[in-house]
Amino acid sequence: MTLTKGDRARRSHMPAEGTEHAAAVERAQREMLHEGSASSSVPAGERAARPRIGADVLCEALLRQGVEVMFSYPGGVILPLYDILGDYPQLRHVLVRHEQGGAHAADGYARATGKVGVCVGTSGPGATNLVTGIGTAMLDSIPMVAITGNVPSALIGKDAFQEIDINGITLPMTKHNYLVRDANELPRVIAEAFHIARSGRPGPVHVDITKDALQQETAATHPSDEEVVAGLPGFRPTMDGNYKQLKVAAAELAAAERPVILAGHGILHAGAEAELQAFAERINAPIAWTLLGIGAIDERHPLAYGFMGMHGWKHVNRAIQSADLLFAVGMRFDDRVTGNVRTYAPYARIIHVDIDPAEIGKNVAVEVPIVGDAKRVLATLTPMVEAVPAERRAPYLEQLAEWKRESEGSSWHGSGAWRDGMLSADYVVERIGELTDHEGIYVGDVGQNQMWLARYAGFRHPNTHLSSGGLGTMGYAVPAAMGAALGVPEREVWAIVGDGGFQMTSQELMTLVQDEIPVKIALFDNKKLGMIRQWQEIIYAGNFHSAHLMGPDYLKLAEAYGIPSIKASTPADVDEAIRFAQAVDGPALVWFEITGEQNVFPMMPAGKGLSDLIEEWGTPE
Amino acid sequence: MSAEGNAARPAHTAPPPRSLPGGGERRLHRLVAIVADRPGVLNRVSSLMRARNFNIDSLAVSRTDREGFSRMTISLHGDDIAVEQAAKQLYRLIDVLKVQDVTAEPTVEHELALIKLRVTEANRGEILKVIELARGRVLDVAPDAVIAEVSGSEAEVDAFVAVVRGFGIKELVRTGAVVMARGAGSIEEAVKK
Ligand SMILES: Cc1ncc(C[n+]2csc(CCOP(=O)(O)OP(=O)(O)O)c2C)c(N)n1
Ligand SMILES: [Mg+2]
Repeated sequence: MTLTKGDRARRSHMPAEGTEHAAAVERAQREMLHEGSASSSVPAGERAARPRIGADVLCEALLRQGVEVMFSYPGGVILPLYDILGDYPQLRHVLVRHEQGGAHAADGYARATGKVGVCVGTSGPGATNLVTGIGTAMLDSIPMVAITGNVPSALIGKDAFQEIDINGITLPMTKHNYLVRDANELPRVIAEAFHIARSGRPGPVHVDITKDALQQETAATHPSDEEVVAGLPGFRPTMDGNYKQLKVAAAELAAAERPVILAGHGILHAGAEAELQAFAERINAPIAWTLLGIGAIDERHPLAYGFMGMHGWKHVNRAIQSADLLFAVGMRFDDRVTGNVRTYAPYARIIHVDIDPAEIGKNVAVEVPIVGDAKRVLATLTPMVEAVPAERRAPYLEQLAEWKRESEGSSWHGSGAWRDGMLSADYVVERIGELTDHEGIYVGDVGQNQMWLARYAGFRHPNTHLSSGGLGTMGYAVPAAMGAALGVPEREVWAIVGDGGFQMTSQELMTLVQDEIPVKIALFDNKKLGMIRQWQEIIYAGNFHSAHLMGPDYLKLAEAYGIPSIKASTPADVDEAIRFAQAVDGPALVWFEITGEQNVFPMMPAGKGLSDLIEEWGTPE
Repeated sequence: MSAEGNAARPAHTAPPPRSLPGGGERRLHRLVAIVADRPGVLNRVSSLMRARNFNIDSLAVSRTDREGFSRMTISLHGDDIAVEQAAKQLYRLIDVLKVQDVTAEPTVEHELALIKLRVTEANRGEILKVIELARGRVLDVAPDAVIAEVSGSEAEVDAFVAVVRGFGIKELVRTGAVVMARGAGSIEEAVKK
């Protein structure tokens, strides 16, 4: 049969009348206009008698997973959830000011507590606003479940209002993702999402739920843990290292004269701090750490050697470059750690322990691959390796100690004032560490402030340094600190943030106030995109295009939000300003006016090797 | 190997550069993957290969005889380490149950092609003969075109296409290779329960 043009147009727009499809589309279109939605007609007082719908199943599933707080923002298609949230007072709901803030808050909560963080947004722009936070969690392997609403299932693919293919968007940046169109699937999907997010190498999982699934009446029951595992035959993380490889590793370790242990985020994920220390003590080898490996060992431990990589300590990079064996555990040889791989650790054989087989051999070729959980592998391996007494290591450890004294005593660090007389940032970081007894949680943003924090605060405990390492997301600190403060109320939480990053997510100041979250903000105002300025000075011949950045009067800004604040512009102001913030019962902001001229040194320019550190630029006072 | 620091060594005894993973000799690899038969799994696999910078030569997907299992044959060029990395990345997908690189194993390999050739009254007889001689099969004959089918290894299909190209190819479609390891071993049976 041939159709005329007009016929075809009409037919393609409308499902055949009287069909189930047509009825579903019509229903969905009505729902989009919020007419006759299932539960809105139920008066508040009669809620107890209402039917159990998909949104209830979601809340039940979250509670079964031990969720205590979620960071979320409502919107049209996810309103059925908000309609019943009031019936679940155990589920704390923090209304953020921007979904990106919600995702970072869930991330900060997860990093600080080790539990799965939860954020929620609506379809379309709510979902796309979550994306940066999901990506941040993906690159740093943070357990997170991100939940979005989507348009009713019959409208999917029709470019309905606020419809975007969010599953397609999050697919390459999540550990796994789901689209749920049927409430009966919700119990399994939510349980799987949490299991996947927290097991093996952790990571974010995104669950997209259509509006009709949230509203659908259901008697679905929740699966047991065993059923969840059995339903995921493709997900069986390897926990224990291969025994043969462990024996090879033990032999390599026994033969090594200049071993260096490289500790990464995997130590923290696995809770393997004690095992790491015992292992290092048994073989008397120094521990270097990555940005996210900070806290793997108390920095005061004699074998704690320091922070490695692009802005790591010179002595640490030197030790790596002269090592004959690298024992890498829970780290992934990121380019910020290795620099040019061709010249990386040229004398070293490499033992690489990671729970993700794909990380082994990805960036550097290794001699001994060991797939497994850091805690289990270290616990098994330690008694297998020959103990190396301190005397045998003495010359090596003495040389390392000398390098350390040399590099720590160098000129780029130490005085409170920079050469222009203005505050130097490293000093402020040191004072924050000191005055909080190194017992706080310190959330870095991105840029120079992040590197100063990593280098100078002095960390003693795992999960007390939070930083967007892999994605390097500016604007991370304040919202992530919010999540950390809710997760670990017993620690003082400090957000260390540059003026650039602060201006990206400062809207969450209001959330801090409304939800009474006592985050202390140390705003490092150099009136610059400092790290950009640094690269431009060193690599782009001082062409400072777009490095200068104006900011508001931050005291007035804080006041407008109702947040007590103080400004510190000289070294003499610093301690008092920090103490002021500490004394505030609730959120507080310290505006540190720091020099705009200071660079973070040493620095390994991108593409160069670890031996090519730039240590100083110009002449210091 | 001696373990002196970089600085302590004269430049002429500097160690050789560390070799990069994936810098070896490139050749054709065949990966066979058993995946969960779920919506979007093909998208997950192809998206991962794209994002990880692996260039797929061909990808053939089908059901298996087991409920819930699909099978993919992925052909790609790369050195052994890069392809091993691709396989390990595939394992990160929750829906991927088993991956095998069967390149070095004895396998049976087959591909199917359909080729539509331009014909005229004058050369039809010759074309039909050539198709037959080259072990093709004629599936459709029209006054000015024929569709030929050929199956075999990739090389055999290549050879057939080369022979008939001179007549004028109007359309060509190839399924991409599907492979199966010889002997009793079974990737499906190797999937963990
Ligand atoms: C969202 C985002 N955009 C851009 C960048 C690139 N970038 C890295 S550091 C930096 C400057 C950061 O400036 P500021 O927040 O003031 O921190 P500072 O370096 O001055 O301490 C920029 C723009 C980034 N990391 N993240
Ligand atoms: Mg700045």
